[in-house]
Amino acid sequence: MKRVLVTSLFLLASAITFAGGYRVGLQGQRALAMGHTGVAYVNSAELAFFNPAGLVFLENKINASAGGFGVFSSVAWQNESTGQYAQTDSPMGTPFYLYGSYALNEKLSLGLAVYTPYGSSVEWPTDWAGSHLVNNIELAAIFIQPLISFKISDKFSVGGGPIFVTGSVNFNRNANRFLTDLEGNRSNVTVDDSGVTNWGYSASAMFKVTDNFTLGANYRSEIILDSKDGTATFANFPNDSGSPITVGTTTIPSNGITGFTASLPLPAELTVGGSYSKDKWVVNFDYTRTFWDVYEDLDIVFSNGQESINPRNYKNSSIYKVGFGYSASERIMLRAGYYFDESPVRSGYFAPETPRNDSNGFTAGLSYVISDSFAIDASFLYVRFKEINESYDYVDDGSSFGGTYKSSAFVPGIGVTYKL
Amino acid sequence: MKNYIKYMALSAVLLTACEAELDNPVEDGGVYSSGSADFSNYVAVGNSLTSGYADGALYITGQQNSFPNILAGQFALAGGGEFTQPLVDDNTGGLLANGTQIQPNRFVLALDADGNPGPVRLQGTATTDITNVLSDPFNNMGVPGAKSFHLVAPGYGNIAGVQTGASNPYFVRFASAADATVIGDAAAQSPTFFSLWIGNNDILSYATSGGIGVVHDGTNANDADPSTYGPNDITLPQVFASVYNSEIQALMASATGGVVFNIPDVTSIPFFTTVPFNAIPLDAATAAGVNQAYAQYNGGLAQYAALGFISTEERDARTINFQEGQNAVVIEDETLTTLPNPAGGTLPNIRQATAADLLLLTTSSKLGTLADSSNPSSVIGVGVALGDADVLIPSEQTAIATAQASYNATIQALAQANGLAFVDSRAILNQLADTGISFDAGTLTSTFATGGAFSLDGVHPTPRGYAYLANQAIEAINSTYGSTVPKVNIGSYGTVNISN
Repeated sequence: MKRVLVTSLFLLASAITFAGGYRVGLQGQRALAMGHTGVAYVNSAELAFFNPAGLVFLENKINASAGGFGVFSSVAWQNESTGQYAQTDSPMGTPFYLYGSYALNEKLSLGLAVYTPYGSSVEWPTDWAGSHLVNNIELAAIFIQPLISFKISDKFSVGGGPIFVTGSVNFNRNANRFLTDLEGNRSNVTVDDSGVTNWGYSASAMFKVTDNFTLGANYRSEIILDSKDGTATFANFPNDSGSPITVGTTTIPSNGITGFTASLPLPAELTVGGSYSKDKWVVNFDYTRTFWDVYEDLDIVFSNGQESINPRNYKNSSIYKVGFGYSASERIMLRAGYYFDESPVRSGYFAPETPRNDSNGFTAGLSYVISDSFAIDASFLYVRFKEINESYDYVDDGSSFGGTYKSSAFVPGIGVTYKL
Repeated sequence: MKNYIKYMALSAVLLTACEAELDNPVEDGGVYSSGSADFSNYVAVGNSLTSGYADGALYITGQQNSFPNILAGQFALAGGGEFTQPLVDDNTGGLLANGTQIQPNRFVLALDADGNPGPVRLQGTATTDITNVLSDPFNNMGVPGAKSFHLVAPGYGNIAGVQTGASNPYFVRFASAADATVIGDAAAQSPTFFSLWIGNNDILSYATSGGIGVVHDGTNANDADPSTYGPNDITLPQVFASVYNSEIQALMASATGGVVFNIPDVTSIPFFTTVPFNAIPLDAATAAGVNQAYAQYNGGLAQYAALGFISTEERDARTINFQEGQNAVVIEDETLTTLPNPAGGTLPNIRQATAADLLLLTTSSKLGTLADSSNPSSVIGVGVALGDADVLIPSEQTAIATAQASYNATIQALAQANGLAFVDSRAILNQLADTGISFDAGTLTSTFATGGAFSLDGVHPTPRGYAYLANQAIEAINSTYGSTVPKVNIGSYGTVNISN
């Protein structure tokens, strides 16, 4: 099992965008089954992500949760004015999480969280109609976070900790809508970098209003991944000379490998919510605000003098979430939920590397208690997108790329919860 | 654990099946209509413009961007079937006959030693040998070099006639038999829809040769017999009308419809409009020296005019005068009066060009160079006149325009009589030359090398130019047959190929 997890950590740390932008809201089986709520729900080590302040309210001395998801998503696109169409053939995304907490005493718990809240894996057919914007992209970021959770009073606690992020990116697209080498192979650029690191933090608070009603708030800081040491591979340009050639107003870079710099922001997120439990029932309400306005543009500056300026102009967006839980028996807990996820993408900035409009998420799941300390958790998410007519109007040649998009995503997940 | 893996594999299969699907997907065929046309078997007939010829050669990516192939791609959304083309073997261009190169490689745009871009023939070995005859019939029956009457000529694909010029090496590659005709091989495919763009070469080979061929205008004995024509002749309009009609009838035997194109003006083609008539920059001292060299010729003209041998207009037109600045090129004009030279022989029939003369694109590489490297006064265009084959003089242009107008009247009348879609390519190319055509990333113009519409041979379009023509054909087809075939985005098609 240990080996499997280590493998997951380093090889399968890719995920797929299905929440707004490249945020991947899959940070726990129990939370996801309840509409990805949990900022005020004291139930398992999943609090390490949703609200570390709540870890100190857990009953057991040791708590752990681990799991993963298989993300199956696809996007279909067509342009009725030209008759062009394409569909993604994206590999399965595999976001995962690993949370643990240890109660030092009544007042203080320590924790550790490893999770993958951002990522994207989109693969369009090579040289498709939008290949000048993206052929394929794979973004992954692993967050590793030590935590502390401190009870200020019986009703109020705070928590948080520093976040270490390590990210990777692989992004390929064609040089423009038509350029080829003399054999007709489309000129393209691949940027690749891994081990891009930076630091951030999260801080949270929890307030037990009554025995049945809890409020919570959690803030996770913005983290900018600055890529400086990666490689950019120019391929199939009609120039093997080793230096750019300029003819009139056209500059053709040479094939070969060069460096690049680019910044990708992982935006800050604030979640507030409440949880109410009575008898066999629990209901959660969460509201999340994601501060996407930091994502103004994706600018890639190459060491060979070329640059690629891509306005994004994202706006802050909200997610409204509700979840229900029901203890069907001693051993079985049933869960269901719903969320509405606003897209941060403005009209006219709809780029096919993150083709996401507003979505409705429907979730369900259950936990099966095997023993006093061990339970298996399963969840399922179906994300429904409306068909949308949208375009990206800022292609560097002045043109616009658009059409009708339809996305869908299905996400089964499985995990374990351990307590001692 | 085993069961768990099984379960995950099963759910993976199930979930992959649940892919995003649009409400009204274009690939399912229900979105676009073919109207009263039937695109299921489209056959394209014509010359180089149908074959996808560009940059002075036929090569694979050029063929893939032929206007019929672009059309067929859009037809496929409205019931169109497979569209096959006689692809050559490489992207070098050029043809071999039994290993000997008979057609040159393609042009690419490259920088010379001074960093100036210009067309050069691509280095590399051509691999397409015309002795490798392809056996399948092809939807694209475009044959580079074909004139109207060639399409109905038996033996035009007979390899035995290639060396003498009696047959065509491009048709040799895919003719069904040695005595086959292009139109016969096209009709044998029972097209449900066709395109026909023919007649360009009936005037163009005369034009690109600088008007050295014969103008068959009904005044010569053999004008009605195209088998007697030389390669650079202008076809008699009655011959054109007759063969064009027979070609339409052959294709209409099976087709529900078709699209025809008329013949553009030579003055809309960069091959004839790129080199200016006044291409010679001189300083004052050089101009004076050159004038000195022409003093005797100018003096002779003055005397002949005074004696009434030539008019004063001819004297003025022929008098050579260079000045500081840009100067008109000295050209040969065979329509000038032949005058005896007192020193023996005749005076040269030369004059300086005017804006009414069209200097061929091919003169750009020789103007200003020395005809005789040991003689510094043999600068071509100054001390040595450009030859008859380098320039289209006004009388030659008139002969071309007269034949062209007649061909175009025939094409339009037969299109109307047969209910065919008609593309006014003459108007389209004039618009490209005059104002350009804007698209989503700029303006497409006829300017050589940089305008985007014409490839590096100055005659044939780029992929983007062909895409624009395909769009115009789609527009004509949709309005004629009530179909709703979508157009392509021409910004997605390339222009000239730059190479280091």
